[in-house]
Amino acid sequence: MLMKKSFGRVFLTAAAVVVLVLAVCIPAQSKTFKWAFQSDAGSMDPYTMNNTMTLGFTANVYEGLVRHAKDESIEPSLATGWETIQPDVWRFNLRKNVTFHDGSPFTADDVIFSWKRAISKGSDMKSFVAGIKDIKKIDDNTIDIITKGPWPLLLNDIFRWYIMPKKWCEDNNSVEVSVMTSTSEETYATRHTNGTGPFMLKSREPQVKTVMVPNPNWWDKRIDNVTEAVFTPIKSAATRVASLLSGELDMIYPLPIQDVARIKKTAGYQAIEGMEVRTVFLGFDTSRDELLFSDVKGKNPLKDVRVRKAMYQAIDIDAIHKKIMRGASWPAALMIGSNINGFDPELNKRFPFDPEESKRLLAEAGYPEGFSIVLDTPNDRYVNDESISQAVAAMLSKVGIKCKLNAQTRSKHFAKIASMDTSFYLLGWAPMSFDMHNTYFNNVMTNGTTISNPQPGQGNWNCGNYSNPEVDKLINAMTSEIDPAKRQEIVSKAMKIHKDDVGHIPLHQQALSWGASDKVTVHQSADNTLSLRWITVK
Amino acid sequence: MIAFVIRRILQAVVVMLLVSLLSFTLFRYVGDPVVSMVGRDTTFEEREALRGELGLNDPVVIQFARFVKNASMGNFGMSYEQRRPVLDLITERAPATIELSFVSGLFALLVGIFMGVYSGLHKDGFLSKLFQSISLVGISLPPFLVGILLIYGFAVILGWFPSMGRGEVVKLGFWSTGFLSYSGIVSLVLPAITLGLFQMTLIMRLVRSEMLEVLRTDYIKFARARGLTNRAVHFGHALKNTLVPVITVTGLQLGQIIAYSIITETVFQWPGMGYLFLQAVQRVDLPVMGAYLVLVALIFVIINFIVDCLYYVVDPRLRMEGPVVA
Repeated sequence: MLMKKSFGRVFLTAAAVVVLVLAVCIPAQSKTFKWAFQSDAGSMDPYTMNNTMTLGFTANVYEGLVRHAKDESIEPSLATGWETIQPDVWRFNLRKNVTFHDGSPFTADDVIFSWKRAISKGSDMKSFVAGIKDIKKIDDNTIDIITKGPWPLLLNDIFRWYIMPKKWCEDNNSVEVSVMTSTSEETYATRHTNGTGPFMLKSREPQVKTVMVPNPNWWDKRIDNVTEAVFTPIKSAATRVASLLSGELDMIYPLPIQDVARIKKTAGYQAIEGMEVRTVFLGFDTSRDELLFSDVKGKNPLKDVRVRKAMYQAIDIDAIHKKIMRGASWPAALMIGSNINGFDPELNKRFPFDPEESKRLLAEAGYPEGFSIVLDTPNDRYVNDESISQAVAAMLSKVGIKCKLNAQTRSKHFAKIASMDTSFYLLGWAPMSFDMHNTYFNNVMTNGTTISNPQPGQGNWNCGNYSNPEVDKLINAMTSEIDPAKRQEIVSKAMKIHKDDVGHIPLHQQALSWGASDKVTVHQSADNTLSLRWITVK
Repeated sequence: MIAFVIRRILQAVVVMLLVSLLSFTLFRYVGDPVVSMVGRDTTFEEREALRGELGLNDPVVIQFARFVKNASMGNFGMSYEQRRPVLDLITERAPATIELSFVSGLFALLVGIFMGVYSGLHKDGFLSKLFQSISLVGISLPPFLVGILLIYGFAVILGWFPSMGRGEVVKLGFWSTGFLSYSGIVSLVLPAITLGLFQMTLIMRLVRSEMLEVLRTDYIKFARARGLTNRAVHFGHALKNTLVPVITVTGLQLGQIIAYSIITETVFQWPGMGYLFLQAVQRVDLPVMGAYLVLVALIFVIINFIVDCLYYVVDPRLRMEGPVVA
């Protein structure tokens, strides 16, 4: 009897303790969102690395003058409105009563400071603010941005340029961006933040874990209900999927193509797919007089547009779409996808797959027996990049072009093609500004290292140096054309010439795929970034 | 003895130099660090300038000499990617790897000895057959596969253990430990088994065959004749004599566990030195790679040195100085 009584008491006490512990541990309001990406943001300082992951991640903490809405259109952020008072002067009204996370007010001085920081040595923001000649303070809440001539795409350019607080940077020795030399150390801003954005950094362990909490003083109306956001980079795809299925994470990206069907079938989980802004394409050496790595001596067959077109029409894009990408791609005829400003559906029709025509064109160009060539490809950068290149090589061999593969890890591949040590290469490009100019400026314009007086960065990734003076002229002309209809005319003309020239062979836009638990709703941006401000947790 | 130690230390220095030279030669083939350091808008000239500032344009010999000079003073430079001293990064990550290696070593030793003794004593028992099959799995399956299988079985399907990470860690000065929280301890289970499975199998097979050997010897028969209990015979006499080779192997395997944690740490997203190294390889973060390789070589050299010294103490034949006349 005594035994029974004491057992009962122990049991009751234990139950009470359990209830109490649960009540303490899981407050009713707690909405933690846990997610993983395959790598970590390079830095918490948004000026050190122009890379989508880093800029998308820090966008939860820092904000620019403008931002993207859900449909990727530009909307006001730290600026409430703007007008062009002269073709090259933009007046911005800054949002009033905005504070940084440390409580200090946001003013025009912070914008000017941020611009100077963005063009300083070590900053990787230079291309974003390349159009800005000067910024003048009118009063604490008004600034004038003076552009280098008419610059219609200013807003597209600066939406990833975030405003950092002047005083905080000065106080914490972060006025300069951490410069990449052998001895310079990180600055305070590499692992600490002070933005105006919806979330504040709570803790940061690079490559291990980053925790963010909502900013209670954020100026905008909250859509999300997240009370804590925990980010873990997980390199191994299998582990990433397993952690989602075991319930330790609420959302992962990228979700490997081969797991999409499985996640869709599993109750309680969703796969979210969409077109990425990146286009994967092939480029040729169209400038050397003798092709490298080939059995053709003394001449370069790729200089002949008929040969390039023969190679284009030898590629069975449907097979790549169905077999290699498992349907998760959008075959392309342009260097940009339909979600990019400047896209022209009329031009986005590929030359048909036609091996007979390829053979005829090769014979006409004087290569009835074909020739040999080496295709440089990364094997760890894009979705199934090496498999795509293998398929291309096999398809080319069917029309007589003996194509050998040189598949390497990304750091080796990009170093090789960037120094133009290539005759045929695979590359992907995502225009960060969501405008076609970025893609064509970097990949289609004459490579700046081969001419005198180039614009900084022009044709940086035009690794085979496709060069057409008329296209160059059109690409320059579009930057200052303010009338949208006229600009589109120039854009389409440039894209058409490049397409008829077969300057590159566009392959496809790959699909973004994210995996998430049904407990959360997330919004997938076309540039593969995750904004916490749109997340709700059930 | 002193001459022996000095000779050994000199040899160790040569080994370390060779390892550094080898790793340095390998660095030529991992790719261009500048590509991973800068954004894609960085121009060709800026890239060249950076390469110069990092000293990557100097001849390999000069780069190597600089590395050896700095490393001998404990300066491994600055991580290209994180812009922090490499030594700080490694000290930050070391506790995770050391705790994991310790637990998996302990697991391998305890479970391995138990299974070895059991299957040595009950050669034909059902459990012994089962242990034998498990050991076959442990020897033949690569660790990444074992890790993924364990994750799917125990994290996804059963939900008993976390699939990745270290759980909550507690900071004790510079040391971060997972031993002091529940989530820290359960997080250790799967990676420790993955990492220790091969060593466990090795120890089990070693103990088993040693046990079978020892049980046939005369002194065991005499012990039985004296009427000692089974327990005293098996554990007091037989097991004790099987442990000498086990200790030698365990010592050497400890280095292996630390060095091979790279794969396990990647599968389990374990924030240790191995994972740091793998990421450094992908980002071509040469200073981190160099420091890690030198460190692992140092661990091996030290363990071997200790083992050699122990042999010297144990085996009088090694103490003979000068040429040995047969």
